[in-house]
Formats: sequence, structure tokens, C-alpha cells
Amino acid sequence: MSDNTNVTRTNQTSNVTRTGQKENMPRAALAPAVDIAEGASGITLFADMPGVSKERLTIQVEGDNLTIEGQAQVDVPENIELLHSEVRSPYFRRSFTLSRDLDPAKIEATLRNGVLQLHIPKSEEARPKRIDVKVA
Amino acid sequence: MFSSYQAAGSLFPELTRLQQQLEEFFQPAGVAGIRSLAYGAFPAVNVGSTPESVEVIAFAPGIDPKEIEITVDRGLLSLSGERRSDPSQGQQGGQTNTYAQERFTGRFRRVISLPEDADPGKVEAKFRDGVLHVTVAKKESSKPRQISVS
Repeated sequence: MSDNTNVTRTNQTSNVTRTGQKENMPRAALAPAVDIAEGASGITLFADMPGVSKERLTIQVEGDNLTIEGQAQVDVPENIELLHSEVRSPYFRRSFTLSRDLDPAKIEATLRNGVLQLHIPKSEEARPKRIDVKVA
Repeated sequence: MFSSYQAAGSLFPELTRLQQQLEEFFQPAGVAGIRSLAYGAFPAVNVGSTPESVEVIAFAPGIDPKEIEITVDRGLLSLSGERRSDPSQGQQGGQTNTYAQERFTGRFRRVISLPEDADPGKVEAKFRDGVLHVTVAKKESSKPRQISVS
């Protein structure tokens, strides 16, 4: 919780009351908008995570659950007073359930200009196969 | 209110957000002019103020910073540009099934009404990780200053 995140924080008191709770309590987070498309090779996911740098992004696979999580950081003067805010939390989090035909070990991730792109390939045996018909 | 970002996770963050929205409804936070800002538009914008400057933070992921046009005209700051769908999208070859398409694409334009004391001559813009940060300095005359008694 650096001071730099306070551009998206409106309710200071709720942050104070929350510090007494357990570390892994869910913080108020925003669900990033995503595009998900499936091609022959696998699933491609795009997620809008503005202000999130590579260091503040985590992608986790636990069993069949994929979670993307990040914290936006914007350098603003310390004495800033918010007049208007549409993005109310610097935290982004969203989870997805992976189906069995996907290979979580081979997920590729790229982050560019605040957009996370994930490619989740299908496991070899799940890829579409063409079956040749032999003419007898 | 129907922002492109929705609260995730358990019920509690959702309740916190609801509470914040209610609070704001009953206590509008200052900028409720005739051109007051609309919710749900792209890019989402936060506006803050310090004694020296007005800070406008636009959350514009996936945009080439060179393509953002920023203009200031008589107290109105406008941000416009276009967000194209990612070139690698839909280039997977063969059949593609789309399961979710929540991200904004197309042209956008947002106009923000700056406070009276903003100086349209001193505007700086930075872009990092999909966040556009515009700093508009305040006029010298409106800055708080101390008057010493001689």
C-alpha cells in the first residue's frame, strides 16, 4: 500500500478498519474487462489492467482455477484530493475456471500498455485432429 | 454507474462499493457542473486536485500513446483517439469462437471540465502502462500564499 495508489482511493476510513483483518482477506477489487476467444491452438484472453506493471501482476493457477491479479500504480502528488473517480480501487482481480482440455503448464503471458494477453494452449490430445478416411 | 470494471470477489467488496456510491449520491464531490462527468465511458477518468495542479488520470489500456489527442479549449480538456482491437486477435487461423467481448473498441472522446483556476497554458501529459496522466497547472494568482505582516 504505497502512497501512490491513493489516486483511486476514496474512503480512507475503510482502509484503516481493514488493516486489522487477516492479510489474505479479499480486498475491494475490480474485475477487469476481458475478451476471450478460442482458436484451434487454444484460448486467448485479453484483460484490461491499466496502471499495472509487470512487477505488480500475478497470474496463478491452482488446480483448474486461473486467477489474474494486479495493482495499479499511478504517480500522483501526495497531497492530492479526489474530485471525481470512476476507478475506485487500484486492485484488479478476476478468476476463471479452466477446462481439462487446456494445458495450464504452458500458459504464455504478455503485458503491454496495460493490457494482459494470455494464451492458454490446448493439451496435445485435445487439439482437433483430422481423421483420414481410407478408401477400401 | 455501469462502469466497465465491476467489483469482483466476495460480497463484502461489493457492499463497500455500493456504500461508496450511495455516499457519493448524497454528497456530490464538487464537480457537478453542467458538463459533469458521465460514468461508464471509455476511458475511465479520475480527477484530483492539489494546491498546485489539477491531475487527470485516464485509464486507457491498449492504446498507443502517440495516437491520443489532447486538447484544451476554454477550460475543457478533451481526450480523443481510437482503440483498435488487438491485431493478434482473430488471427489464430481457422475457426475462432468468442466467449467474451467486454473490452472497448472504436473511437472515443472524453471531455473534462477543468476548474476555473486551471491554467490551460501549462499542460503536461505522461503515459505509462496504459494510464494517461495529464497535469494541468493552476494559475499563479489562485495558488494559496502567505501574506506577511510588515
